Amino acid sequence: MNEIGLKELLYKMADDLLILGHRNSEWTGMGPLLEEDIAFSSMAQDKVGQSLALYTILHQLGEQDPDTVAFTRNAGQFHNCILVELPNQEYDFSLIRHFLFDMADALRWEMLTQSSYEPLSLLAKKVRGELRYHTLHATTWMKQLGSATETSIARLQQSLTTVTPFALAIFEESPYEKEIIESGVFEGEKVLMEKWKLKIADVISQTQLMLPDWKTITPMLGGRTGKHSEHLQPMLEEMSEVFRIDPTAEW
Amino acid sequence: MTAHTLTTADIYAWLEEVKDPEIPVLSLVDLGVITGVFMEGDHIKVEMTPTFVGCPAMDFMKGEVLDVLKKHGIKDAEVEINFKHAWSSDNISEKGKLALKKYGFAPPPPTSEILTDLSILEHATCPRCTGTNTEMKSPFGPTLCRSLHYCFDCREAFEQFKPV
Repeated sequence: MNEIGLKELLYKMADDLLILGHRNSEWTGMGPLLEEDIAFSSMAQDKVGQSLALYTILHQLGEQDPDTVAFTRNAGQFHNCILVELPNQEYDFSLIRHFLFDMADALRWEMLTQSSYEPLSLLAKKVRGELRYHTLHATTWMKQLGSATETSIARLQQSLTTVTPFALAIFEESPYEKEIIESGVFEGEKVLMEKWKLKIADVISQTQLMLPDWKTITPMLGGRTGKHSEHLQPMLEEMSEVFRIDPTAEW
Repeated sequence: MTAHTLTTADIYAWLEEVKDPEIPVLSLVDLGVITGVFMEGDHIKVEMTPTFVGCPAMDFMKGEVLDVLKKHGIKDAEVEINFKHAWSSDNISEKGKLALKKYGFAPPPPTSEILTDLSILEHATCPRCTGTNTEMKSPFGPTLCRSLHYCFDCREAFEQFKPV
């Protein structure tokens, strides 16, 4: 097995989940209604927990311990896609991001239940059940708000158009794509992207929203190789502020 | 007095004392998160798995397990958390499901039922009046493992332990 390629896969998944988990947690106390406040907070807890499980596997492969990895790296060392680091903005933006990312994430874990790398396939079998609630939440709101009022449809449509170039970059390929596929660790980003396009098209077709023509979109790549937007570093500083005061503190 | 040779059944019996910190009527054994007990000489190893990967109570429960073993005179104990036998709500024992119901939570329906009919999630059985004229208010509740529901028959809100 190609260990560098495997680590790259684990890092990008863990970083996506940690960063989006943190963004979701920023809705705590700010949600448009109490149930949504709780929903985004719960999904935050799930995602940060799932990232911890992935960082733990990386630690077993010789990387530093999860806290050090999560709290002491700078933006350039993170492998997350840019989509997850963008500020929350209005609720319509957060909802669209949640829908587009979690549909891909659920499919990714589903595929990983077949991974030849056992620690990952065991974890995937667990995580896939949890994600059913994330995608249920996302699709329920997409279907409701995507066919509700003129305002809700227009706002979701605008966010959908803005977010899709970032969403396509979820599937930015790694330099080790071929090795990862050949060793049976993961079927690869291309296969995942095709499955994802079908899934989201199915949900969108049940609303009054329109998906853009994929051919006209340029993916906002770079996140997987550490080239991020200006939003990641300030977020990391806020996220790790307490940890950095005393990295040796016992919690 | 004859010396009793310790068996894994004894350890399971001790672990009955450790309860879910959020639901004090439900033991970790009945919750189904204890996935193995292994004895090798004086060394005792307990394997656990979280209900949800992000469950923040895991470290606490691990500590409680170690405390109980220590209380019973075990000096060399270890708890390993892994995903070898991933938790499913189907792992909650019948006794555990009854305890949940008595405590006011709707126990989770078998997960095989949700796979064929998602509406089971929407219309949980009310733990108070057993009515099914209910609706799901949110798939996310006060803890990761619970969802929020409302019963139109007895007009009370209730929580369900999520089938997963």
